[in-house]
Amino acid sequence: MKCLVTGGNVKVLGKAVHSLSRIGDELYLEPLEDGLSLRTVNSSRSAYACFLFAPLFFQQYQVATSGQDPLRCKILMKSFLSVFRSLAMLEKTVDKCCISLNGRSSRLVVQLHCKYGVRKTHNLSFQDCESLQAVFDPALCPHVLRAPARVLGEAVLPFPPALAEVTLGIGHGRRVILRSYQEEEADSTVKAMVTEMSIGEEDFQQLQAQEGVAITFCLKELRGLLSFAESANLSLSIHFDAPGRPAIFAIEDSLLNGHFVLATLSEPYPHSQDLRSPELCRPAPQLQAHSTPLLDDFANDDIDSYMIAMETTVGCEGSRALPSLSLPPGLQPPCSPGPHSEEEEDEDEPSTVPGTPPPKKFRSLFFGSILAPAHSPQGPRPVLAEDSEGEG
Amino acid sequence: MTSAVLKCCPVDVTVNRSLSTGKLHRVELLLQTKLAPGTLDVLLSKSFLCAPAVGVSNMIAKLAKICTLRISPDKLNFILSDKLASGGVSMWCELEQENFFSEFQMEGISAANNEIYLELTSENLSRALKTAQNARALKIKLTNKHYPCLTVSIELLSVSSSSRIVTHDIPVKVIPRRLWKDLQEPTVPDSDVSIYLPVLKTMKSVVEKMKNISNHLIIEANLNGELNLKIETELVCVTTHFKDLGNPPLASENASQARNPEQMAEVHIDIRKLLQFLAGQQANPTKAVCNIVNNKIVHFDLLHEDVSLQYFIPALS
Repeated sequence: MKCLVTGGNVKVLGKAVHSLSRIGDELYLEPLEDGLSLRTVNSSRSAYACFLFAPLFFQQYQVATSGQDPLRCKILMKSFLSVFRSLAMLEKTVDKCCISLNGRSSRLVVQLHCKYGVRKTHNLSFQDCESLQAVFDPALCPHVLRAPARVLGEAVLPFPPALAEVTLGIGHGRRVILRSYQEEEADSTVKAMVTEMSIGEEDFQQLQAQEGVAITFCLKELRGLLSFAESANLSLSIHFDAPGRPAIFAIEDSLLNGHFVLATLSEPYPHSQDLRSPELCRPAPQLQAHSTPLLDDFANDDIDSYMIAMETTVGCEGSRALPSLSLPPGLQPPCSPGPHSEEEEDEDEPSTVPGTPPPKKFRSLFFGSILAPAHSPQGPRPVLAEDSEGEG
Repeated sequence: MTSAVLKCCPVDVTVNRSLSTGKLHRVELLLQTKLAPGTLDVLLSKSFLCAPAVGVSNMIAKLAKICTLRISPDKLNFILSDKLASGGVSMWCELEQENFFSEFQMEGISAANNEIYLELTSENLSRALKTAQNARALKIKLTNKHYPCLTVSIELLSVSSSSRIVTHDIPVKVIPRRLWKDLQEPTVPDSDVSIYLPVLKTMKSVVEKMKNISNHLIIEANLNGELNLKIETELVCVTTHFKDLGNPPLASENASQARNPEQMAEVHIDIRKLLQFLAGQQANPTKAVCNIVNNKIVHFDLLHEDVSLQYFIPALS
């Protein structure tokens, strides 16, 4: 893989790395036919972020040298971030940036060509990895908000930097409300200030949600995406569903797109009654049949081992599937024809089935990590089996 | 209860009342109603008034983590009383209400005790008011939202015609009346030397450097317009001399005459306390006086356009 970024795009790339670095400690870099993808997921797997830079973003973009399989790699966020640490420096001195991935040397090489012929070369060690792929589909979210990033950036400005979570909802008169979320335990002794921002509908380009809907999510990740989107002067759309379902924050441009998928709290408001009843978290009906027994097998494990188990490797024939969790064969076919993504997303739902202790307030998002089967014409198929190689 | 509503601006009384009755919330304390109920409804509608308010709240946040806000019909006070927790430092900051608010209504516990005392985290207030820096209007109200709050509601200016409203609910503790006596204006001690302070920024940069060397500082001054900032350690002794600062006329003629103008009065203080005070001063005050009671206390008296601040740092024993 080799790509060449020039001019102002170097800074754009740097900004994207900065906003990704707010989420995860590892960066997954994967050259695809439709562009270079940079992805990350946080350690509790409640947030996933991905940027896809279209081939046109680069002056030169080559997925694989002839005869080679495209490589993908996982590197430490810290080391990649250090290349782009100072955005001001990037803007002032760097003319072009060349990123190349070479299987033989096992190094990801980032070269910054600076003014006066100075050339900085960073050789970053990497690990082979599976493709990190969160499964989400904005089209399935019934609620959509879209506004210029600046509007949303100004809206989150009054909130204290230390604030963890924020509730976004539609209030009276279709005003969009952002409110600092307070944990209920917190009201015993030290009360924190509650801040609420209310924005009129007219500031939004799209507002497709009825009054009363609300979700709660982490503010830090959103701030990261907003700072990127603000600098690129883009609009941000927020796709969301019921509380507890992941919310998707998306930006789109002809040269790049970015998606941040954040877990949301399963209770809409701090003072509402417990909404973790199974009815609200029930997965889509057609999937319930096979997902529930699946969960039972994991019910005794903690959520992490559950998550690891979901990092699934798909063999080319799917032959490695399910030694212990044999799915009834009849239930597998519905998975294959449709888009796999939605269906897998649903499977995180049963993690709140009664009997499973919910160890985290945020339910982890669900990632089928898919080893793209290079030889398989049909594309990836999600199969739920334990990855024998571990996470790598 | 006799109404103690006070209006400083020529606003029509009846209109205002009817508007406010719907909005005012009475703070009802959960334990005993005897404590200190009160209502407050304040409007800072002229945006140029917001900036000094932000400045004051910023300064307070730098000086004290938690402070007491005293609200009376014509004055607002930020108070830090000399509790041991704060290292014996006390502060008395006073704002003339009418310089800040275009509309001001308050109702204390009774006509005789028409005051409200609230304890709040000063950073919250400063953060809340910071949002108001380019606001169209700012309203402050005492509300009860499961617990007593000072609700700061800000209408922001935005490019579009739409309105954006930010509301901050700052949790407050309403201080019961029996504790009010601890929160009265401190008496200024009879000082040995009173001297005008040099430019605070200069003083701050000097003290900042000194802090790296020592934890204690000696501040000394005489009636000849000289002020010294001194640190002494085993290895080094550093003194910064300020000259020709001038001395304000002393209240008691006798004291000044009896004292040798060259003779220094000195106080050993915690350097961090002094730095905290200096760091809080963004704008140079119109008048800045330092009063020293030999080996007892140093008292800083600053006068800004809209605010006066008194700050007391006790001597280290």
